Amino acid sequence: MSSKLCAVIDYGMGNLHSAHGALQTVAPDTRVVVTSDADVIRKADHVVLPGVGAIRDCMAEIRRQGIDQVVAEVRKTKPLLGICVGLQAMMERSEENGGVDCMGLFPGAVTFFGSDLEENGEKLKVPHMGWNRVEQVAHPLWAGIADNSRFYFVHSYYVQATHAAQVKGRGHYGVDFAAAMGEDNVFAVQFHPEKSHNAGLALLKNFLAWDGQA
Amino acid sequence: MALAKRIIPCLDVDKGRVVKGVNFVGIRDAGDPVEIAKRYNDQGADEITFLDITASHEGRDTTVHMVEAIAEQVFIPLTVGGGIRELEDIRRMLNAGADKVSINSAAVYNPDFVKAASDKFGAQCIVVAIDAKQVGDHHWEIFTHGGRKATGINAVEWAVKMARYGAGEILLTSMDRDGVKSGFDLGVTRAIADAVNIPVIASGGVGNLDHLVDGVKIGRADAVLAASIFHFGEYTVQQAKQHMAAAGIEMRLD
Repeated sequence: MSSKLCAVIDYGMGNLHSAHGALQTVAPDTRVVVTSDADVIRKADHVVLPGVGAIRDCMAEIRRQGIDQVVAEVRKTKPLLGICVGLQAMMERSEENGGVDCMGLFPGAVTFFGSDLEENGEKLKVPHMGWNRVEQVAHPLWAGIADNSRFYFVHSYYVQATHAAQVKGRGHYGVDFAAAMGEDNVFAVQFHPEKSHNAGLALLKNFLAWDGQA
Repeated sequence: MALAKRIIPCLDVDKGRVVKGVNFVGIRDAGDPVEIAKRYNDQGADEITFLDITASHEGRDTTVHMVEAIAEQVFIPLTVGGGIRELEDIRRMLNAGADKVSINSAAVYNPDFVKAASDKFGAQCIVVAIDAKQVGDHHWEIFTHGGRKATGINAVEWAVKMARYGAGEILLTSMDRDGVKSGFDLGVTRAIADAVNIPVIASGGVGNLDHLVDGVKIGRADAVLAASIFHFGEYTVQQAKQHMAAAGIEMRLD
C-alpha cells in the first residue's frame, strides 16, 4: 500500500522543522517531505505553503524558484494549505516593504496594523503576537475544533478580503481581519497551526484528511 | 474577544539539565529539559523558553540536540537563549526548531547585531533579553554576566533602542529579584512596557500566583515568565492560568 504524500514547500524562507514535525505527528502514515522540487510537489496529495519573514523576500524567492507556477497548478488539483506569510503571498498585494505584488489567488490586500493601534483606549502592541480567538465560518478544516478557539499568531500585517464569502475564520485585534481564507481546495490561515497546540494539530489533521471539497 | 496574556515557563539548562539558581547562583537540579517541556506543554503553557546557561562549546551541541527533541514533541512556540552571538548561532537554533532566539549580552556589546539579525530572520523571531537592576529612584541599568557587570546603560532607553533596532519582543529580567520569589520589579516592567510598542515579557522574582497577576495588571507585561514555581511542583501552569483568569486577565484556557 502506498502511503499518502504531503509536500511542505521550501523556498528558503525560514525553519520548516515545526510545520513538518506537526504534520508528521498528526498523520504518522503520511509521508511528509520538505521540498522545493516541483515534481515532488506535483506528485503530492496535499501541499503546504508556509512562510515567515518579510513579504518582499518571500515573493522574490517564490518567483525565482517558480513556486508561483507550481502553486497555480496545485490550486486546481489538490488540497493546498497556506500558513502565515504563505496566506499573505496568496493575496493580491501587500503594503509591506513599500508595496509588493503577490500571487493573487484571493482578491484583497495585506495591510499594516499601524503603530497607533488601540482598543477601548488601550494601546495595542504590534506585532500581534500570541493566542487569539478565531470565529469560524463552516468549513471541513474546523471539524472537531470549538468555535472561537485560540490559535497562535505572530504578524504585523493583516489580510483584508475583498469577498466576504472567502473568509473562513474571523480574527480581531484593534481591527477585524481575515484569520482564515478559503475557496475550493485552497485554505490559508494567518496563525501558526503548527504552534497552536491541540487546536492547531486538529486543524492540520483535518487538512491531511481533506479531499479539497468545501 | 482579545489577545490572551501569555504564561511562559522557563527552563534554565546547564549541561543538559534544568537548573534554577537564586540570584543566578546556588543551583538546584530540576530534571530533564525535554520531559519538563513536554509536561508544561500538556499543562497549557503558551510558550516555552529554553535558556542555555552552559558556557562551553560542547554544551552548545547538547543544546541543539535538546532543542530538536523538544521541537519534535512540543507544538507551541519555543524561544532559545544563551550564547547567541552570531547570525550563525541564530540560524542553527532556528534550524533545530526554535521559533525565536533571545539575544542578551551580544546586543549590549554590539547593538547592530540585533539589526542584522532582525533584517535577516525577521523581527518576529528576535527577542532582546534585558537584565536590569535598580540603581536609583526610578532608575534601572543594564547588567551583564549574570548580573555581575554594570554597563551604565539606562534600561528603559535601551529597550526603546532595541525596539527601534528590530527586536520583536523584550524579555525583561529583574536581577534583584531573580530567584528570590518576592515578585517582579513592577516599576521597571511598567516603565518599559509603556515605553515600547512591542510585547514585553516580565521575568525574575515570581514566588506566587498573585505575582503573575501583578506583572500583567500593574507592570502591564504582555507575558509573564517563571521557572521555579513550576519546576518544583508548587503550581501547575494550568493553575496559574486559572488564577490569572479569575483575576480578570484574558487567558487561553482551552
